[in-house]
Amino acid sequence: MKALDGVDFTLGEGEIHALLGENGAGKSTLIKVVTGVFARDAGTIRLAGREIAPRSAKDAVDAGIATVYQEVNLLPNLSVAQNLYLGRQPTRFGVVREGEMKRRARALLLDYGLDIDVGAPLSSYSVAVQHITAIARAVDLSARVLILDEPTASLDRHEVEILFNVMRKLADRGIGIVFVSHFLDQVYEICDRVTVLRNGRLIGSREIAELPRLDLIRMMLGRELAETTHERAASQPDTAREVCVSFKNYGKQGYIAPFDLELRRGEVVGLAGLLGSGRTETARLVFGAERADSGEATIDGKAIKLSSPRDGASLGFGYCPEERKTEGIVADLTVRENIVLALQARRGLHRPLSRREQDEIAMRYIRMLDIRPPDPERPIGLLSGGNQQKALLARWLATSPKLLVLDEPTRGIDVGAHAEIIRLVRELCEQGLALLVISSELDEIVTYSNRVVVLRDRAHVEELKGEAVEVSSILAAIAADTAPAQEAAS
Amino acid sequence: MKASTSVAITAVVLVAGFALCALQFPNIASTRVVANLLTDNAFLGIVAAGMTFVIISGGIDLSVGSVIGFTTVFTALAVERWGIPPFAAFALVLVLCALFGAAMGAVIHVFELPPFIVTLAGMFLARGVSFLLSTESIPITAPIYSAVSDFAIKLPGGGRLTAIAIAMLVILVLCALLLHLTRFGANVYALGGSRAATALMGIPVGPMTIRIYMLSSVLAGLAGIVFSFYTAAGYSLSAVGVELDTIAAVVIGGTLLTGGQGSVIGTFLGVLIQGMIQTYINFDGTLSSWWTKIATGVLLFVFIALQQGLMALARRSSLKPAGTRPVAAKPAGAPT
Amino acid sequence: MTLRIPRRGMAQALALIVILMIDRLVSPQFFNLHLQDGRLFGSVIDVLNRGTPVALLSLGMVLVIATGGIDLSVGAVMAIAGATAASLADTHSLPVVIASALAVGLACGLWNGILVAVLRIQPIVATLILMVAGRGIAQLITEGRIVTFTSPDLVWMGNGAVLGLPTPVVIALGMLLLTAAVVRGTALGLLIEATGGNARASELSGVGTRAMILSVYVWCGLCASLAGVIAAADIMGADANNAGLWLELDAILAVVIGGTSLFGGRFSLVLAVAGALIIQAMNTGILLSGYPPELNLLVKAVVVLAVLLAQSPRLGDLSRFTARWRRTK
Repeated sequence: MKALDGVDFTLGEGEIHALLGENGAGKSTLIKVVTGVFARDAGTIRLAGREIAPRSAKDAVDAGIATVYQEVNLLPNLSVAQNLYLGRQPTRFGVVREGEMKRRARALLLDYGLDIDVGAPLSSYSVAVQHITAIARAVDLSARVLILDEPTASLDRHEVEILFNVMRKLADRGIGIVFVSHFLDQVYEICDRVTVLRNGRLIGSREIAELPRLDLIRMMLGRELAETTHERAASQPDTAREVCVSFKNYGKQGYIAPFDLELRRGEVVGLAGLLGSGRTETARLVFGAERADSGEATIDGKAIKLSSPRDGASLGFGYCPEERKTEGIVADLTVRENIVLALQARRGLHRPLSRREQDEIAMRYIRMLDIRPPDPERPIGLLSGGNQQKALLARWLATSPKLLVLDEPTRGIDVGAHAEIIRLVRELCEQGLALLVISSELDEIVTYSNRVVVLRDRAHVEELKGEAVEVSSILAAIAADTAPAQEAAS
Repeated sequence: MKASTSVAITAVVLVAGFALCALQFPNIASTRVVANLLTDNAFLGIVAAGMTFVIISGGIDLSVGSVIGFTTVFTALAVERWGIPPFAAFALVLVLCALFGAAMGAVIHVFELPPFIVTLAGMFLARGVSFLLSTESIPITAPIYSAVSDFAIKLPGGGRLTAIAIAMLVILVLCALLLHLTRFGANVYALGGSRAATALMGIPVGPMTIRIYMLSSVLAGLAGIVFSFYTAAGYSLSAVGVELDTIAAVVIGGTLLTGGQGSVIGTFLGVLIQGMIQTYINFDGTLSSWWTKIATGVLLFVFIALQQGLMALARRSSLKPAGTRPVAAKPAGAPT
Repeated sequence: MTLRIPRRGMAQALALIVILMIDRLVSPQFFNLHLQDGRLFGSVIDVLNRGTPVALLSLGMVLVIATGGIDLSVGAVMAIAGATAASLADTHSLPVVIASALAVGLACGLWNGILVAVLRIQPIVATLILMVAGRGIAQLITEGRIVTFTSPDLVWMGNGAVLGLPTPVVIALGMLLLTAAVVRGTALGLLIEATGGNARASELSGVGTRAMILSVYVWCGLCASLAGVIAAADIMGADANNAGLWLELDAILAVVIGGTSLFGGRFSLVLAVAGALIIQAMNTGILLSGYPPELNLLVKAVVVLAVLLAQSPRLGDLSRFTARWRRTK
């Protein structure tokens, strides 16, 4: 599977260019290739007509390409001034001229509209200030191209405004800026052009002024022609299904706005929305991986305790996280051990599964889910992404769960395994499981969901049922409230 | 800021402790006792200064005690048996220490191994070599040794500020300057803040790592020379377990064991606190020396718990998920 | 099934055999055994007997390291437990003496476990506290003296024999079987390996990772206190200054030689004990050869470096890289 497949990308001088796409679309791969972190196996990079081939982050900086990441890559324990001038502080007889350095740092930041005490540690300032410090350092190192990777993800409105002023100023100076973000409002506000990637391919590159918002979202999520050809999940009236668990006014301050959600046996609920809209946050609250601070969860009208993954697991819930490598698999352990892990954790220490039972369970799911290679004793880290995903599914299926929460179960796996996992989701549903599934592939969601909850800005905004579950209606719901504002603006 | 807060806490503990001691034994508050305290802990102060650099950079050096032992034996043999002039012997042993530290730093960097275990191997190695050199205590009778131990600045009140105490103070001042005023020092803090970010910012992480462990070993070598002046002998079993006292002094001095924060001044205060406990126990006469260890352990726990608490607080205010803004300084002159 | 030696045990087995062969070359009587007063004597028995304290320590240490932690305090815990046992030995019965010493070890382990699992202090830092303070506590118990005792029961723990084998060896063997039963007979082993391999994923799978971490430190404390009792019984006294001195480092070394990564994950009890025996066989060999015993430390340093380099992630990458390179060629 290719991470990036023949993508063309052109950035003009003084242009602010949005790079959009869901997780795994290839944005970060593209950035890493341009900044020399990854090696490319085909294609060229030209800067002002001259071909460059950065082999390391330092090469890229030397060539004039600077990157500022979402997790600010500066040193929180050093002062702002030290961060700006680390490695190139003004010195006299080997002693850093602290006063001179602070003076320069102050002058530099004033240029960006920041009037702060540059002697204080970076960590004492907001993320916005940290971002601007990072940008100031990068530009001061003579950048001609500035890549901003999700710089606004943790900024409030006021801080975004400050950052945008800085970006406009830099663009006026002729610096080309690549802006990666999942906030479409911001893209429309600040960018000149937009390039959309999906599954490592170029979907298109347009002038932002000529691209209606709905079309942009369709470029990011939808598949042309998909809407009419997909198979639909059988729609039955809600009342026919037994409620598995229900959440009332459930939420967590600063994480996701309170929501109501009812999950029923034999029903798939899809969570749709753009990246950062609160899908994963909902999933984690439902499973118990995060603790809610408002509302209550009930089963058969009785309140349940759901404050740790252990609580979730013992209630018969299962959760396959999106971050498969860091939160899913235990790479050194075998496929068998990974499969029995949740079941064993639930049974407790004193009721160990015998080796025979473990082998049986592992083999049963390896066959059922067609995990390849069918070797239970192979370390799971050596399997392909799709097979790791199946093993994680098996881990929870082995516990005979009532509810399965799947966060992007088809991300980063090849086409064949993709179809199989979708088939599995529907089968499990037919066997009476309640499922809550997150996906960025809207036609996929439409294929298996009985209901779809649409999220925007960390809140549930709409619930679509039965016939209303259509790619177009989901797209409309995602774009809904902001579209008029956009029209007014243009 | 936080860094100076922890040094302030250490200073308060030292002053309060000293005041309590002085209340019980008024004789403690004399220049004689204080000067002796400096002399007795001179080698500890020097080696702790080096450890401060290592710990701030996010590492640890378990080999320092063994390096001190090696230095005393090597110096004694060189001066007494091999007929090398003392200062040539000092230079030679410091070069060996520098190479040793550089080798450890290189192994840590190149093979991406935990400093803990690499310097553990270094600890075995240095101690083993000093055992091979000699297992007996070798008295040093060179004239320079008696000259140095006779030298002292008389303080009012009968205290004698000895040459080795002066050496420690000078070295500490130099180390403080190096850590707080130079690019090298800034890089040490940077490494402790984030190795990856430091590398991304173009700082040569490998050479820095090598230099830091080199510095630590050279300072341990200097401490060994000072120790040989203190005892006028070279013994392969000297300074066993000093690495622990050193780490304790550094931590009590407010340096984060996880790196990125700390100061030489704090470390000096940490050394003084340990010396003060020792002095108190000597004065008391009924208490046994093991109370030193228990008291050090308790202090260690208090300071570590304190650091943990401060870090948890910092995390709570800064790591809130996106959406909730941490309370932070708003840029004053920013356009709105 | 519980004591199976995995394939990767080959290196350790080979190392042990080679070292024993060298010992045999150095001292032709190395494998000779003779029976005297119902107890076997000989160099091999000596290796087993002298290796007991480190073997016991490594049984606890290997579990701690498997969770990605480390316990620097085991030497100090040995001293505390030895001091406890020695000061009770002549006035109390053996079960009381042993129970008290083990209780002390359990308390020490619990302290470490709480610092690491509940307060989330880095293991190196957390266990450093007891490492520093522990010897002071031990001296507090012995009041700074070397406490000697004559209780034949406790002396038997260090110098007696069971079916011809020295008691310490039998105790260590029993402890190995018990630990294996506890760890592999329950699900503990799997859950410890999962916790050490990926704590976040384990927690999300419903594993009580805190309980796992707490329990390994408690077990480590228990093993250390048992080692302390045996060390005290061996010399018929408790020396708070020197009992178990630097043995924490030997125990860590034994675990590392036994192939358990310092980063946590997979572990093997048998191989950790084999690691302890390898260290002891080297010590004994140097002793028998007539070289100064000081050479031990040098040899240990070289072994640490060799094992580390073999485990180095960088080298691992390198070998994987060369393998791929060969395949594509």
